[in-house]
Amino acid sequence: MTDQLRGDVVLRVNGEDRVVNLDNRSTLLDALREHLRLTGTKKGCDHGQCGACTVLVDGERANSCLLLAVAAEGREVTTVEGLADEDELHPLQRAFIAHDGFQCGYCTPGQLCSAIGMLAEVADGMPSWISADLTATPDLDDDEIRERMSGNLCRCGAYAGIVAAIREVADG
Amino acid sequence: MTAGSGLSRLEGHDKVTGAARYAYEYPVEDVLYVWPVGATVASGTVTEVDSTAALADPEVVAVIDHTNAPRLLPAVTADELVLQSPTVAYRGQIVAAVVATTIEAAQEGAEQVLVRYVEHGHKVVLDPEDPDLEQPETTNAGFPGTSIKGDVDAALAAADVVVDTVYTTPAQHNNPMETVAIIARWDGERLLLHDSNQGPWAAATAFGMLWGIPPSQVDVVTEHVGGGFGSKVWPTAGAVVATVAARVTGRPCKLMLTRQQMYTMAPARTATRSRIRLGARSDGTLTAIDHDALQYSSVIHEFVEQTGSATRTMYASDNLRIRHRLARLNLPTPRVMRAPGKTPGMFALESAMDELAYALDLDPLALRLRNEPATEPASGLPFDGRHLVDCLQAGADKFGWASRDPTPGARRRGRWLFGTGLASAMYPVYQQGGKATARAEPDGTFDVWVAAVDIGTGSRTALWQAAVDALGVPPSQVSIHIGHSAYGQAALAGGSAGTASWGGAVRKACLELSRRVAEHGGAVPSDGLEVTADTAEDQLAPDRARHSYGAHFCAVRVDADTGQVRVDRLLGVFAHGHALNARTTHSQLLGGMVMGVSMALCEQTVVDPRLGLFVNHDLAQYHVATNADIRGLEAHSLERADDDVTLVGGKGIGELGIVGSAAAVANAVFHATGVRVRDLPITPERVRAR
Ligand code: FES
Ligand code: FES
Repeated sequence: MTDQLRGDVVLRVNGEDRVVNLDNRSTLLDALREHLRLTGTKKGCDHGQCGACTVLVDGERANSCLLLAVAAEGREVTTVEGLADEDELHPLQRAFIAHDGFQCGYCTPGQLCSAIGMLAEVADGMPSWISADLTATPDLDDDEIRERMSGNLCRCGAYAGIVAAIREVADG
Repeated sequence: MTAGSGLSRLEGHDKVTGAARYAYEYPVEDVLYVWPVGATVASGTVTEVDSTAALADPEVVAVIDHTNAPRLLPAVTADELVLQSPTVAYRGQIVAAVVATTIEAAQEGAEQVLVRYVEHGHKVVLDPEDPDLEQPETTNAGFPGTSIKGDVDAALAAADVVVDTVYTTPAQHNNPMETVAIIARWDGERLLLHDSNQGPWAAATAFGMLWGIPPSQVDVVTEHVGGGFGSKVWPTAGAVVATVAARVTGRPCKLMLTRQQMYTMAPARTATRSRIRLGARSDGTLTAIDHDALQYSSVIHEFVEQTGSATRTMYASDNLRIRHRLARLNLPTPRVMRAPGKTPGMFALESAMDELAYALDLDPLALRLRNEPATEPASGLPFDGRHLVDCLQAGADKFGWASRDPTPGARRRGRWLFGTGLASAMYPVYQQGGKATARAEPDGTFDVWVAAVDIGTGSRTALWQAAVDALGVPPSQVSIHIGHSAYGQAALAGGSAGTASWGGAVRKACLELSRRVAEHGGAVPSDGLEVTADTAEDQLAPDRARHSYGAHFCAVRVDADTGQVRVDRLLGVFAHGHALNARTTHSQLLGGMVMGVSMALCEQTVVDPRLGLFVNHDLAQYHVATNADIRGLEAHSLERADDDVTLVGGKGIGELGIVGSAAAVANAVFHATGVRVRDLPITPERVRAR
C-alpha cells in the first residue's frame, strides 16, 4: 500500500477530536477498534447484517462497518463508551442490567446505541414498517419496539429482556 | 444466602459500557493481521500457491501455505491440521493465509493469492440411498451407534396403529455473534493466547497437542466470550492458523474470522434425516419405537451426531431400535451445536408422537402420559428425578391446554389460521471433574480461581455465588477469577455441564478453606491460607439415568394466503433442579427457546450440490430469529429436590430450552393448518404445499 492511499483523518468521537493515520479503505468500525482502541463497538459481520457495530453518527444510528472512516470526518460519532455521563450510567444501560437484556454481551453495545437512536426516531414521529398510520405520532408498543430493533441480532436470544429494558426507559 | 437469588451479572457494568474485553480486543504492540484463504474447490489437490502478487505489497509480511507451514500434530479433528497437506477435502478449507501489518492489506492480499488445483469428484448431498453409508460403532457422547431391545419388526406388524414418517433437519450454523477470534504470540516454546473459546484449559490442552508441547506451556486468557453454542468447544481451523502465522513471522498475530469464513473454518450442525416408526395399541400404548437416523461427517474425520439418543430414554416400549448411519461428505466436519443429537432427534420423535396422537384420536398430552416409563427404556437404569409428567401437566395448566379442540385447520380469523401444539424436552446431566483454588488473606478477603469461562451463561456470577455460600462470609469479601488456563484443569462450557462442574470444584475448595480457617480459630495467618480442590473422584456413578426435563406449549398463527408462520406464544416448563442464579437461568432457558423458534422457522445452511458450496454463508441469507420474530415467551422452572444430583445441586440448563421447541412449533402449525411440515425450517412454501 503506497503512501498516497493513507492519510490523516480527524474523527470526532465521544466529544473528542482524534487524529489517526489510516488506510483510506478503513471502515469507521476498524478505525474505532484497531486505531482508537475503542473496542466497545463490536464486529459481528462487517457487512451491515447484524447491527453489532451500531454507533450514533450525528445522533442517528448507523452501522459503522458500512461507513468509511474518511466519510465520518466532520461528524459527531458516539460509541458505547460515550453513553454514560462520567460514572453515571445512561438509563438504558441501567435498564439492560436490571432486565438481563444480554447474555454474552457482544451485541449489547450495538443494541444500546440502536435503542437510543430508535427512541429519537420515535420522538421525531418517524413511522416503522408496522405502523398503521404513517403520519400519526407513533405509539411505541412492544411490537413496535421489536420491529424497530430487528436490525440488531442477538444470537443469545435476550430479546425479551431487551424489549423490557427499552420499554422501561421509553415509559420514563 | 446468595445462591439461587436473581443477582445481576458481575460483568454487567463492563458489558453495557464497552469495557468488557473480548479476545480480539487486547492492545498488542507490533501485531500482524492474519487473513485465511479458503479452497475454491470441494475436493482436490493444491498444485500451486502463487503469492507473488500478494507479496508485492510491502504491508504483506508473509503468505503461508502447506509448503512453508510448520508441522502440527493430530489433536481433536483433522480440520485443525491447517496447511499440512495439499489435499482439499471441502470447499472453504484453509489453503493459505496472508499475514500483513493492517487488516486492509491482509484482506487485499488474500484476494491476490492465486491457488491452482487439480479437482477430484465430490459428494455433498445427504442421501439415504448413498451406497457408501457407514454404520458407526458409537456416536458423540459415547452412545452405541445401534441399540436394539425386543423385536421391533414383529411389534410393528402386530400394532393396531403405525406411524411411519421421515423428518429432516438441515445443516445449521452456530453463528455466535462474536466470530472466532484470537491473538497468538510465541515466547520461545510458550504459546500465549487471547482466545475466544468454551474452556481455556481445554484450549490449552488442544493447542498443546497440536504443537507438541504440554498444556502448561500454553497460556490461554478468555475473559469474555461473545457466544459459542458449541462452535468454540474445540480449537477451530481459523484459530489454529493464527498460531501458525505467529510461529512463522515471530510476531504477535491476530485473526478474526469473517462471518462468511465462519461457515467453513468453524463447525456446524450436521443435516439429519430421521425415519421414525411408532407402533401402538388402539388405547395409545406404544409397542414399538424405531428411530433410523442418518447424518453426515466430513471425509477426514468421523463425527457422529447422537441423533437417536433422546429416543433411548423418552417413552416406554418393549420393542425399541435405534440406529445411526453416517455419510461421508466433502463438507467441513460438523460438530456440536446447542443440544447435539437431542435437538434434531427430538424434532423427529416429538413430531411423530403428535402424528400418532392424531392417528389414535388421542390428546397428544394423554399419549405422552400413557407411555411414561418406569425405568429408562434403552438402558434399563432407574431414573433420578424423572419429572417429564410434572412439566407436561404444569405447562398444560399454565397454557390452558385442556380447552383445546384438536381439529386441525378449524380456527380462522380473517386471513390468519390459529393452532397450538406441544412437545417434550430432555437433556442429560453431565458433570466433569476439575480443579479450583480458594485463598484466604489475613485482611478477611477471599479469592477463588477456576479455569471456567462465561460465554453468556452467567457462570462467573453463579460461581461467585457458590463461593460466597460455601465460605459463609459477606459477599463483598469474595472475589472470583475465571477465564485463564493457568487456574488449572477444568471442564468445558459444553454438555450444559460447565457451571455444575466448575461449581463443584469451587464449592469443595471453599468448604475446605472454611474448615482450615476455623482450625486457625478464624485468624488467617500472615501468609494466608490456600486450598486447591480436585473433584476428579467426586463424579456421578453411572447407576442412574439422570436428565433434565421440559415441556413446550406453542401457539402460532399462519397466514392462510402466504403460509407465513408467526409464533404468538411459546411457554416452557422445565425441571432442572436447583438454580444457582434464578435470573441468568431464566435467560438461558429463554435463549434456548428463541434458538428453537429460529430453528423451526428460519435456519438452514443450503448446499449447492454442483459447487459443494454453503450458498447462504452470511447473516443476510442464513436467517436467525430477530427481535420481531419473538413474542409471548415464557419459561417456568420447577424445583424438585430429587433433581439436585450434581455437586452444586441442579442439573444442566443451557441446552434444555432448545430441545423439542421446534416440534412444538411444527405441531402447532399442523393444528392451525392441517399441513404437516416434516422438513425444517417451516418456510411459507412448505406450509403452502398442501
Ligand atoms: S458488524 Fe456492522 S452490521 Fe454487523
Ligand atoms: S447477548 Fe449474546 S448476542 Fe446478544
